[in-house]
Amino acid sequence: MGTGSGTGGEKPEIMAEEPAGYRIRAAAEADWRQLMHVDELVSGVLKPDYWRDLFANLSEKRLGERFIYLAERTGGKDGGATAIGFVIGEVRAWEFGSEPCGWVFAISVDPAAREGRVGEALLKRIQRAFKDSGVRIVRTMIARDNHLLMSFFRGEGMTAGPYIQLEKEME
Amino acid sequence: MKLQTSSRIAIYAVLELARDPTRQLPAAGIGEAYGVSIHHLAKVLNTLVRSGLVKSVRGAGGGYLFTGSVKRTTLLDIISLFEPVEVSEGTSRREAETQGGMALQAILDEIDDISRATLNSVTLATMLKLIDQGRFDRAPGEAGGRAGEKRG
Repeated sequence: MGTGSGTGGEKPEIMAEEPAGYRIRAAAEADWRQLMHVDELVSGVLKPDYWRDLFANLSEKRLGERFIYLAERTGGKDGGATAIGFVIGEVRAWEFGSEPCGWVFAISVDPAAREGRVGEALLKRIQRAFKDSGVRIVRTMIARDNHLLMSFFRGEGMTAGPYIQLEKEME
Repeated sequence: MKLQTSSRIAIYAVLELARDPTRQLPAAGIGEAYGVSIHHLAKVLNTLVRSGLVKSVRGAGGGYLFTGSVKRTTLLDIISLFEPVEVSEGTSRREAETQGGMALQAILDEIDDISRATLNSVTLATMLKLIDQGRFDRAPGEAGGRAGEKRG
């Protein structure tokens, strides 16, 4: 299965901005368990249904508008690679009155692999995919108390946008 | 949102020093760059030294050094040294006990939460990056354009 512009069988694409010892590639269906475990390391919650559904949906439609990229550490003893991070996003159009833009739904890096610019490389990769899809704005939403993630996106040049999220507990 | 003069001076001073943590800068040099009185700047620098963000080096060629972490120090860390960032004040006790007063306070608290979260998410590294990118080409207070707007 391909996710976004990549396919499981493709040769990993090496990018100039990738940190040494890691590579970024489009995730394949077979990667879902690895990414689920990276997510569990960061969030503390194991979500098999979520990850299975995410990859299943990606294989069905809108290829070229939904993207999952993973970062993997290369050069292991057995020659294998280990997932250490991922980013998930999608191009969405006209919701909330917005012109088409790229949404980053999730980005996570194994805490043991942080401070190595892995998150930065993942974000750059998905931004390139969004631009190739024809959009020029990238957006995300962050919990107000998630200072680490908000600092990360700020450090990557993102600022408050023209929308404000509102909610209420329904009676 | 308005910041007290001391907070603004502190941010400018820390940014000047954090740009090159190996470089000692005299207070006069920082004051001249931003048109700040040496007297006021000295008081601000004393507070920054006590906080551990800045070190004072005495003697010939002395000055101030940044000793914090540019990646971990946020604007909130600096501002909090000089003023409370939250707590909307101004309502009398009687006013605060009314439904109208409480409803207004809830809205003001919402604004405070957003301000606090924003200031706590912007590190010195991010500020230095913004400055180096030269994104801001309008005079302070000039209308139009939002922070981060690119030239051209």
